[in-house]
Amino acid sequence: MDGVPTPLRCFSERHPAEMFADDGVDSVTSVEQRAVLRCLFVHFLLHSTLLREQHYQYLKKGLRHLSDAYECLDASRPWLCFWILHSLELLEEPIPTAVASDVCQFLARCQSPTGGFAGGPGQHAHLAPTYAAVNALCIIGTEEAYNVINREKLLDFLWSVKQPDGSFVMHVGGEVDVRSAYCAASVASLTNILTPKLFEDTTNWILSCQNWEGGLSGVPGLEAHGGYTFCGTAALVILGKEHMLDLKALLRWVVSRQMRFEGGFQGRCNKLVDGCYSFWQAGLLPLLHRALFKEGESELSRQRWMFEQQALQEYILLCCQNPAGGLLDKPGKSRDFYHTCYCLSGLSIAQHFGNMDLHHEMILGKEENRLVRLQCMHLH
Amino acid sequence: MFFFYTVVLPPVLLDSTVNVKHLFIVLIGCILKVQPPKPLAKDRKEWADLEPVPQDDGPNPVVKIAYSEKFSDVYDYFRALLKNDERSDRAFALTAEAIELNAANYTVWHYRRVLLQALSKDLREEMRYITAIIEEQPKNYQVWHHRRMVVEWLNDPSEELEFIADILSQDAKNYHAWQHRQWVIQEYKLWDNELKFVENLLEDDVRNNSAWNQRHFVISHTTGFSDPAIVEREIQYCLSQIRKAPHNESAWNYLKGMLQDRGLSSPPGLLERVLELKETHCSPYLLAFLFDCYEDALENSNQKENVGEEERKDILRKALEICDLLANEKDTIRKEYWLFLGRSLENKSGSRGPSDKPPEPSDPASGQQEMS
Repeated sequence: MDGVPTPLRCFSERHPAEMFADDGVDSVTSVEQRAVLRCLFVHFLLHSTLLREQHYQYLKKGLRHLSDAYECLDASRPWLCFWILHSLELLEEPIPTAVASDVCQFLARCQSPTGGFAGGPGQHAHLAPTYAAVNALCIIGTEEAYNVINREKLLDFLWSVKQPDGSFVMHVGGEVDVRSAYCAASVASLTNILTPKLFEDTTNWILSCQNWEGGLSGVPGLEAHGGYTFCGTAALVILGKEHMLDLKALLRWVVSRQMRFEGGFQGRCNKLVDGCYSFWQAGLLPLLHRALFKEGESELSRQRWMFEQQALQEYILLCCQNPAGGLLDKPGKSRDFYHTCYCLSGLSIAQHFGNMDLHHEMILGKEENRLVRLQCMHLH
Repeated sequence: MFFFYTVVLPPVLLDSTVNVKHLFIVLIGCILKVQPPKPLAKDRKEWADLEPVPQDDGPNPVVKIAYSEKFSDVYDYFRALLKNDERSDRAFALTAEAIELNAANYTVWHYRRVLLQALSKDLREEMRYITAIIEEQPKNYQVWHHRRMVVEWLNDPSEELEFIADILSQDAKNYHAWQHRQWVIQEYKLWDNELKFVENLLEDDVRNNSAWNQRHFVISHTTGFSDPAIVEREIQYCLSQIRKAPHNESAWNYLKGMLQDRGLSSPPGLLERVLELKETHCSPYLLAFLFDCYEDALENSNQKENVGEEERKDILRKALEICDLLANEKDTIRKEYWLFLGRSLENKSGSRGPSDKPPEPSDPASGQQEMS
């Protein structure tokens, strides 16, 4: 390597030319997009350092105490545990033993007597906090953590939310969408209770969510959306059925979601950039890379994912950091633990290419910006 | 209102500088906002017989939320009701208070539905309630699911399309709203006016991808896309929108999405029409569409004998040219992708001529790279 630093993409001559081409036709979509770009332009003048210490303090505090602004997440407290623990993991900050044990005991109180985990003590079980709790316990990884999970009852819970058409409701008496299949597949796989019968017809249901755009929707018929596309694709990967998707169409859709000026990703076509899609969207590329490789694709790069890794890192570092700690959607928005988790996750993906044998890093800015490499979506 | 009559009104009446208009304003203010805060449940006599249940976070809580006094009060009583499975009007009323404090608490919503049925509550009134809640919090999963349940119980979708249209008038891309709309239309077979509705939305904002999706939804569930007359109509619609706003990705995606199953080369003259547009209305999306046409032509030429080797080579050359153009100039954010597509196509179809070297992978060296 010749050691010459690569200039920031946002300072290149061509960058301003990528600002929105509105064809002289105004509409709500173009007006909103232009407002974002104006706001972002200023941010691209900042320096690209990951504010590790500030993020760490924000996360450390949040793991214990949250203001009343978080009343709206009172039915998602295992999520708060997961977002914070996963962020700490990415920052390579150790979880003190006492804290880890306290998290285990709290999550145990969130476990429902009928199986699965709820959004808080005394609430009903729901697939989303179940996913969050099980994954949080896996991050802790101690025997105490694994022992919290009642696997037999968890299986009962999964059966109780399974629908005849292969889909899952999020909770008893609740709504169906593709998130539920991912939550169910993830926890079943992690706790080793996955059986083909449990996921009978689930594959076909998920496949029916791939639409004319190439991405996946929340339920069949709706618009392709990054969050749902990730959930559906990752669920199929866990079930070993990702090859049944139209991978080429999906690939075209997801790469098209990277914004040419901002560098970050949008959730849907013609919508705005948002830091969290750094994970939901960019995270699809490693999954697709592996899927295509398994299908015999010989022309895949051995060094890069099929998205602009530098541009995404620039967006996250320059536009999505709160100087007091925590990450966010876009400049002007408030920080929160959800965005902290998924911006950092996306940053890790953008920094690290590879699989079991290969590893190629591409760190924007100082060495200290490097995050831990994300393991491949809990696949076995 | 008690507050108004005993506290506000007497001094106002005694003051000769006050006129009727002032009184009116104060009266409206009292009705709307200036009420004394509702007492906590623990201070209300109707709850005296019930022992509130505090939340069991354990001795060393994590992610501990600093609930307001109001929040803790309501939820302590909610937990008590849940524990006893109490099915009463006071329980029903409390669910509304709990929802106001956290509309995402799915346990409370579930309990409210149990009570709606157990107490045979007026579902029309519940529709009015859920309408108001959704207007306040249109991006919440639970409120829309609740509305769906009530509509199902009433078996009456008659208010739905208008209600959803109102929500969409405030945010034309609200995913929950579209989900509810598609459910209603499919469940109750309300297809008749939906294409018109979609066209109106596209008039307002031709870049509304949700509306383009709804267009595809309606057509695929009614006439379908097999009829060549329908396909031609849709192609014309797309091209006309593209002429107005060439950099609208939704229109290009719709064009491709509609045709991809039958093949992009299947509509006669489409390639020519797009090549014509290229001169005056070019965009990265047009170029990508051209690439897809060429790729499709190559794939189909395997079956057709009338496509000669020279023609195949020419199509391949054009396709690879577009890949290079997109990767290096017109769509550089997707450079890695376009280079991959080019390599992949080349590999499938055979190499370039001897005068052209295949493009190098974008990154010549392996190992760590540092950028600043």
